[in-house]
Amino acid sequence: MAEIAIRAAGLGKRYRIGVRRDPYSRLTESLWDAMARPLRRGDGQPKGSDFWALRDVSFEIPRGSAVGVIGRNGAGKTTLLKILSRVTTPTEGRAELHGRVGSLLEVGTGFHPELSGRENIFLSGAILGMRRAEILRHFDAIVDFADIGAFLDTPVKRYSSGMKVRLGFAVAAFLEPEIMFVDEVLAVGDAEFQKKCLGKMSEIGAGGRTVIFVSHSMPAVLRLCDRAILLDRGRVVTDGSTNHVVRTYLESDMGRTGERRWEDPSEAPGDAVARLKSVRVVPARGGTSDEVDIREPIDIEVEYSSEAPRDLRPSVNLHFFNEEGVCLFVTNDWNDQVWWVRSRRPGIVRAVCRIPGDFLAEGRVTVTAAVSTYDPTVVHAVEWEAVSFQVVDRTDGTGVRGIYAGDWPGVVRPMLEWHVALAERDTPDPSEPE
Amino acid sequence: MNVRPTEPPVVVIEAARGWWRLGLVDLWTHRELLYFLVWRDLKIRYRQTFFGVAWAVLQPVLLMAIFSVSLGRIPGIETSGVPYPLFVFAGLIPWTMFSQGLAGASNSLVGGESIITKVYFPRLLLPVSAICSFLPDLVIGLAILAILLAWFGAGISATAVWLPVFALLAIVVSAGAGTFLGAVNVRYRDVKHMVPFLVQVWFFASPIVYSSSIIPAQWRWLYDLNPMTGVVEGFRWAVLGGEPPVQVAIESVAVAVIVLVVALVYFGRAERSFADVI
Repeated sequence: MAEIAIRAAGLGKRYRIGVRRDPYSRLTESLWDAMARPLRRGDGQPKGSDFWALRDVSFEIPRGSAVGVIGRNGAGKTTLLKILSRVTTPTEGRAELHGRVGSLLEVGTGFHPELSGRENIFLSGAILGMRRAEILRHFDAIVDFADIGAFLDTPVKRYSSGMKVRLGFAVAAFLEPEIMFVDEVLAVGDAEFQKKCLGKMSEIGAGGRTVIFVSHSMPAVLRLCDRAILLDRGRVVTDGSTNHVVRTYLESDMGRTGERRWEDPSEAPGDAVARLKSVRVVPARGGTSDEVDIREPIDIEVEYSSEAPRDLRPSVNLHFFNEEGVCLFVTNDWNDQVWWVRSRRPGIVRAVCRIPGDFLAEGRVTVTAAVSTYDPTVVHAVEWEAVSFQVVDRTDGTGVRGIYAGDWPGVVRPMLEWHVALAERDTPDPSEPE
Repeated sequence: MNVRPTEPPVVVIEAARGWWRLGLVDLWTHRELLYFLVWRDLKIRYRQTFFGVAWAVLQPVLLMAIFSVSLGRIPGIETSGVPYPLFVFAGLIPWTMFSQGLAGASNSLVGGESIITKVYFPRLLLPVSAICSFLPDLVIGLAILAILLAWFGAGISATAVWLPVFALLAIVVSAGAGTFLGAVNVRYRDVKHMVPFLVQVWFFASPIVYSSSIIPAQWRWLYDLNPMTGVVEGFRWAVLGGEPPVQVAIESVAVAVIVLVVALVYFGRAERSFADVI
């Protein structure tokens, strides 16, 4: 039996959510409470509801293997990675790591915008756990891999986002840990650079290192990992050969990100006023889909059961995020002014929001759905990252980007009205009468 | 069992671990990171400023000038014959070290949010590096002090060998208070708004622009509980001579050590949840 690199036994992480207190007790009680909390033994009595982001997770990973961790948003993948890389501590359980650990949870960890590329290589390298001598040894190779040549002494704040990503990955690529944790960092950067990163990552795996790789990209997991662990709601569902686990994932409804449905109301997010039933992405052509054409309008459909008394007006709001976590926009169903003034009755409410075509930019868009009442603001039901979908630009010349196939920055990509005409001629056209 | 040149370290992750077991060893193995964090702070501090590093000189000198012009003319401020600018400056040097370190450390963890949530390192490095990054300013201050002493025709007395001791004490007080406030700041951002006031009040509760001899005898015990009283008095004695402030210095050392230990214990317990609550 091969040597064990990572052994996890019964790992669990509990978060408290929805702790609400009387606002006036805050200053006195709460301040003291917060300061005393770290000094208390154990966990004290829980206030508000508990949420286990991870529960009962056990596995053993032999030295030199590459393991993919998959599961939909909120399944506990990132929490697992954060515990193993010691960013946060588990609530219960134990893990052992045999070997030097490096983690790559973000590209460009520790970058400071005011510092130059050269300075940031040292800073980020040191923060990621490299020794000075190692950074010096790899310096030229890092610069080479990042392909930033002439900008080496320019402050990073003047870099394009692509350059920043390249530099960040380049530093991390030269870490030499025996155990490496990688979160979905390959989702950024242009296609060619992604390929380069994947190449570098398989090199890492081949070099006898143990790699744990969290990703949404099944092709990347299939290519890099010989084993995969499928998480759902904080628990291990399947653990085995990558092919088998990926197939299990894709065949279950877990792999479908364009639709969330809660069959059992006790598991659905919500309270006595409103409880979510489903959130769906509906492209104009019908059905639900994880992938939508950039020119096609899509509907986000939210169903919730409402038990609101007549004087409460619950409304659905949606937050849209891109893959960098930037909130693109927020929208609320009170823009349906007919519905907004209507008196409410208990029942199932279906709220549909249409997102026009030629508006979102390419890439993955994640939607958080919530049902709230206002004045005072109370969030009755919220599902972070309820659904997500991929916006695809097929670049056939009729879209916003025309025939230009290169990098097209911007968090939205609206099709705007242009009016272009010749306003003044240099030489009068003799054929036209005055 | 196969043989490797070096046995890999084993890291054990558990729900609870004692700070006293791991903390300080870990700090030592990460000393290179400490160096880079200090280097970063120094690089950034005067970036995109016109006067650059000259600010490290200008700040204490301007303060001295302001206090000399405003308070130096008020009769009755007892300086035992020392020229007022010199008197103030000798107090401002340890004070500046302390107050800048305190402000830097109490903001260091919240300021380091992006790395705290992404990578492991001993969290204590952040407040420690914030304080260390003001050490060059301290050295510059001491150099100006030497120039001032020459200017006013005062020699350097033998008591100057005690200077490092009191400078170190200023750093210990700064580290204790700064580390504690930094940890509280992670959960309660009120600290950020509170620190400027705290520093201001603390300034006037310490014998910097005046001599502690004006404090009524019956309140003296309370006044001496402020560890900065011993720091400033001791520092000034080391530079300018006079009666050694033995009692207040000992009290200050005791208070400073207590504050530091309490801060470290608190920090050790609080740091586990930093990434979750920051």
